[in-house]
Amino acid sequence: MIRVQEQDFDVGLELSRMTENNHEVGAQSVFVGLVRDMANKEKISSMTLEHYPGMTEKQLAAIEKEAYKRWPLNDILIIHRFGRLEPGDRIVLVATTSAHRTASLESCHFLIDWLKTKAPFWKLESGPLGEVWVDSQEKDERAAIKWDTEDS
Amino acid sequence: MRLLYFGWVRARIGISGETLEPPANVIDVYGLIDWLKKRGGGYQEALEDATLIRVAVNQEITTFDTQIRRGDEVALFPPMTGG
Repeated sequence: MIRVQEQDFDVGLELSRMTENNHEVGAQSVFVGLVRDMANKEKISSMTLEHYPGMTEKQLAAIEKEAYKRWPLNDILIIHRFGRLEPGDRIVLVATTSAHRTASLESCHFLIDWLKTKAPFWKLESGPLGEVWVDSQEKDERAAIKWDTEDS
Repeated sequence: MRLLYFGWVRARIGISGETLEPPANVIDVYGLIDWLKKRGGGYQEALEDATLIRVAVNQEITTFDTQIRRGDEVALFPPMTGG
């Protein structure tokens, strides 16, 4: 399931809902991304996430579909926030469930790596020096590429 | 043609989108970017270094040699920073 929303989410509640009444699940993995208060050694006071409505949902659905193709999963939940966030705020949640840990752990890692470079979001950080657009990171590109397979 | 701008491309051009009909000799994304740059001002500044620009045509990420036509939705933006 994909959700793109402005409001916060409750991690515990979301994780419980995913496995409710599903006793095939033996493993659940989760990644939660948060806003840090430092960027390039400068304090930041807020981060505003802009996205491409319509395309965001499409891209996340494509990423989700790819994970289902690669691992035997019961469920995937991706929640991505947009709008103005402050240090400590949650940005993104990726959770996967499977019968066994390898599939849930690996697919969770894959999903967040792909999200970094393939989900149409842009981040604007505000601090004492003004506003700065967050650059894409070469390390994020490399992290996403390592999941590429010969047939994709 | 519906044009959309995001991130610093939007900030530099100064608007988030517009409907424009490029001339008939603009057949692909390369041509569109060149044509927009000639409008000067924020367009020139935003699109000056095309290696920093990514494009989606009808909400699909694609390359600059992609053909474009009337009615397409073309989005120009910096590399994405999700997650």
